[in-house]
Amino acid sequence: MKIQVRYFASLRETIGLAAEDVDTACEDVASLRLELIARGGAHAECLAIERPVRVAVNQVMAHDATPLSAHCEVAFFPPVTGG
Amino acid sequence: MLPRVAIQTEDFDVSQELTALRAHDLRVGAVCSFVGTVRDTRALTGVAQDEVQAMELEHYPGMTEKSIEAMIDEAHKRFDFYAARVVHRVGSLLPADQIVFVAVTSAHRGESFKACEFLMDYLKTQAPFWKKEQTPQGAQWVDARVADDAALARWGIDFNNA
Repeated sequence: MKIQVRYFASLRETIGLAAEDVDTACEDVASLRLELIARGGAHAECLAIERPVRVAVNQVMAHDATPLSAHCEVAFFPPVTGG
Repeated sequence: MLPRVAIQTEDFDVSQELTALRAHDLRVGAVCSFVGTVRDTRALTGVAQDEVQAMELEHYPGMTEKSIEAMIDEAHKRFDFYAARVVHRVGSLLPADQIVFVAVTSAHRGESFKACEFLMDYLKTQAPFWKKEQTPQGAQWVDARVADDAALARWGIDFNNA
């Protein structure tokens, strides 16, 4: 299925992309993260499991087990620092 | 009706915001507000390299507004207040600039004090904003603070942002 993956703040800078279309069979956030890490390079560096990466699915805070669906929007970003 | 959430590059006028929020609602007997500003850490520590020369605020358009709307809905379930307003600036800011405004109206002060603090604690750990500070060492993304997660935990919400 096709989904859109978005990156913000330091992840956007390091990966060098704000968004990309991804074709994946991953059913949840955790497996998508591992699939992106497996690409190596900046993706592996930014999304490494030991790093504090937060995720939103369809613009709602998500967690490892949050399911993905066709055409969903998945965003990866560092801990938030507003206010 | 005044929108509950505004994300904007422009500055805001606290007095105008408060007047608009009260909107001549005669039930209101208490208005509580909070303003967050850009801090120059050098003024706090006296260490030259701690200087914050400027700040850039990035956010996630769409999710930002939705997440703050959801926070206000959650606050309404917990506290007895009439109206709430959140204004958050994005883009380029300078030391002493206003960043965020939260205000709440209620019949008595207790509920608006609590709702205002709850909204700020929630916003600090859940709303998708990221600060980048320009310092003498170059630009640096601000680290999230564990203390902000602890502040939210006081309200019975466990979320590990930092």
